[in-house]
Amino acid sequence: MSVEFEVVIGLEVHAELKTKTKIFCSCPTEFGGEENTHVCPVCLGLPGTLPVLNERVLEFAVRAGVAVDCEIANFSKFDRKNYFYPDLPKAYQISQYDLPICKEGKLEIAVDGEKKIIGITRIHMEEDAGKLLHSGNTITSSHYSLADYNRTGVPLIEIVSEPDMRSPEEARAYMEKLKTILEYIDVSDVKMEQGSLRCDANISLRPVGTSKLGTKAEIKNMNSFKALQKALEYEIERQQEVLEEGGTIVQETRTWDEEKGITVSMRSKEEANDYRYFPDPDLVPIIIEPDWVEEIKNSLPELPDAKRKRLVEKLGLSEYDAGIITESRALAEFFDKTVTLFNEPKTVANWIMGDFMRLLNVESIEVKDSKVTPEKMAALLENQADGKISGKMAKTVFEEMFVTGKTADEIIKEKGLVQISDEGSLGEIVDNIIEANPKSIADYQDGKKKAIGFLVGQIMKETKGQANPGVVNKLLQEKLSQL
Amino acid sequence: MKITAKDVEHVAVLARLELSEEAKEKYTQSLNDILEYMEVLNGVDTKNVEPTAHVLSLKNVFREDESQQCLDKKLALSNAPEEENGCFKVPRII
Ligand SMILES: [Zn+2]
Repeated sequence: MSVEFEVVIGLEVHAELKTKTKIFCSCPTEFGGEENTHVCPVCLGLPGTLPVLNERVLEFAVRAGVAVDCEIANFSKFDRKNYFYPDLPKAYQISQYDLPICKEGKLEIAVDGEKKIIGITRIHMEEDAGKLLHSGNTITSSHYSLADYNRTGVPLIEIVSEPDMRSPEEARAYMEKLKTILEYIDVSDVKMEQGSLRCDANISLRPVGTSKLGTKAEIKNMNSFKALQKALEYEIERQQEVLEEGGTIVQETRTWDEEKGITVSMRSKEEANDYRYFPDPDLVPIIIEPDWVEEIKNSLPELPDAKRKRLVEKLGLSEYDAGIITESRALAEFFDKTVTLFNEPKTVANWIMGDFMRLLNVESIEVKDSKVTPEKMAALLENQADGKISGKMAKTVFEEMFVTGKTADEIIKEKGLVQISDEGSLGEIVDNIIEANPKSIADYQDGKKKAIGFLVGQIMKETKGQANPGVVNKLLQEKLSQL
Repeated sequence: MKITAKDVEHVAVLARLELSEEAKEKYTQSLNDILEYMEVLNGVDTKNVEPTAHVLSLKNVFREDESQQCLDKKLALSNAPEEENGCFKVPRII
């Protein structure tokens, strides 16, 4: 018989901070750029140089900390993590060991409507490593590597969660939430594909009902939310098989192979995790005043949870709609702005989640780069609400607006998209159509209510689609009942 | 003896050092001598002393987030034992 296993997952998330310069030197952090042109004696680890902390890095780390309810350390310091790897020119990484800048935070996730709090153990500051390009097609077939140190010293925060997640879905929800929060507080670009947001997962299984943690594997190289979920699903199956066959899990690092859809063991380091941390004598301690933390707290924008709650409670959106709109700060701000100009939150939400998001996706455009502005969208919705154009016309106008950036009024004028709502002129057309279609009228009077659809169609055809369908329906009903 | 020859071997591997048997013996002794001296220090009553994180009494030394001129690429690579395509050429890892 088989034992039921419980999955235990904890995530270590690295986010590159959006500062102009590196963490300990004045080289730019810019992505791309010719190899080894964003380097200096400090980040190349040349002898005799001294690192000095970028004040923005500290501010951003504290910002992230307060956004996820962390306690901010009054006293914090940097340590050296020692290991040899060619992407690390100093042969140590400056990180934080026993006195990280933030600890004991939390965030809330929801999976299938079930809410859950995930604990955050700590957040610490550290420097990124360089990039190794391999000469062969794969790392194993190459004879040598080429090191580009442009990324060396780019500031990172590492956010370590408690082992609180019980499924790949929860891990994904946590990661998505964290991404949203970091985007809202504007400390990172949070682009998983570009590596400005990275994630390692610790995963183990244990028999249901036991509390001792099983032996874990650390999974690396998951470059998207989907990859994270798939890698964890695979790893659960793998570990379950090993345990069910009476085997034991080896504590090791495994890498996710996206193409094959499996995790592969990376050589288990013979001297695992012996980093011999010690305080970095080149950097002095950081003392943080509570007033400054308070100031940062007050400077935070409305965070996703609060925004979602407001959209549901004050503006009457559904939890689902509010969740989608608040997933990105840019989208949420677009929504808020549009609602201040056109005060029908549900209509605005439908347009944003429908045509707007669809076109953004299709064209791979970000909200901030879109030619549609809240002002333009609101003006379009005004036109529709006034009955000047029909819903169908509004769609046409919106698609044109998305491509050209023209205003609704301009497009309506250019395309001659005017909806006829005037009962007088429509009444005449309705009379004509009734007269011209005696058979349909007879059908209608025989109880075939569907015949009215045909009549509406004829009227729309007659008016080249410009008749207001609501008014047409109303007039038809009236006139037919008078016959 | 707290430190054994095995500990010395371990540390040597981590530091990528190759040690002769003789050196291993010598370092085992030296490291133990150091630890013994630490025992003397451990005898001091430090109940009312704050742990030291840095020997200087400095704190909060920061720089502004302003970029400055980087090294010229040629100069940056001038210490590279070998270079290729503007990169430092290093042995294959793994
Ligand atoms: Zn630098």
